[in-house]
Amino acid sequence: MKVGVVVFPGSNCDRDMYHVLTDVFNFDAQYYWHEKSLPKNIDAVILPGGFSYGDRLRAGVIAAHSPIIKDVQKMAEKGIPILGVCNGFQILVESGLLPGVLLKNESLNFMCKWTNLIVENNKTPFTNQFKLHAKIPIPIANGEGRYFVDDDTLKQLKKKNQIVFRYTQVVNGSSNRIAGVCNEEGNVVGMMPHPERAVESEINPVDNKPSSLIFESLLVKMGVTN
Amino acid sequence: MATFNVHVTIENKPGISDPEGDTILNDLVLKGAHKTVSKIKTAKMLKFTIKEKDKKAARSKIQKICDELRIYNPMVSTVTIDVFNA
Repeated sequence: MKVGVVVFPGSNCDRDMYHVLTDVFNFDAQYYWHEKSLPKNIDAVILPGGFSYGDRLRAGVIAAHSPIIKDVQKMAEKGIPILGVCNGFQILVESGLLPGVLLKNESLNFMCKWTNLIVENNKTPFTNQFKLHAKIPIPIANGEGRYFVDDDTLKQLKKKNQIVFRYTQVVNGSSNRIAGVCNEEGNVVGMMPHPERAVESEINPVDNKPSSLIFESLLVKMGVTN
Repeated sequence: MATFNVHVTIENKPGISDPEGDTILNDLVLKGAHKTVSKIKTAKMLKFTIKEKDKKAARSKIQKICDELRIYNPMVSTVTIDVFNA
């Protein structure tokens, strides 16, 4: 049950993610620097949040050309669960592993606040423990978090059940209030909100259980619990 | 080989909202005395300096770089490439 946490120059949620994986959910997690390769026996990969390369040119686009992304792409093709959170989501989109693009928030502000998500797809490795349309109180922290797809792509996303999370209300102007999507196969998931900041009751003023199900889903997928 | 300056302008496609351009228009320009302005679009410009045999080769090379390295995101943006003698 090895989970790789990929670290890029400018990642700043890698340690939070590592802490949650190891201390809260007892995963065997390890950091992997973006210039290295991923071991073949890895069971899941997480691209954490942050500001890789200082968001220069466009959030995630430079990190999308990091050497490790070729390994992430190979693992995605093999069906290994991959989760991108915030900047990790931006990197997955810019590397072509997920459709769409993350634009500046409609307000142009960096938004740091609690939001509510609705689970729209409970078949992915990160959502299999949710009831469909379950609510998740969870924080966002981003400047370029407005998920955008053109109308044709949006139709495809709906048809292929690739919308994983939507906000309960308009947060940043994203298409169809989308907060997270997956690839066609469902094993690659990207989301703007930060589950690693919401799974412990000490730092979650609302309810930490729903966000915990994201990691518990991965445990179930990996056959650790039932 | 000659040296060329190549300006790459990245801007949103029509229909993609540009809140920064709208704010500059509505909250700055139109609040002044410049009522003839009807549209402002923001864009990002990258200025390349490149050595190639001629302008055509310089343009072609820069277009290739923009496409291959996703200098712009084709879902929401376009690039305009202008080549000048250095």
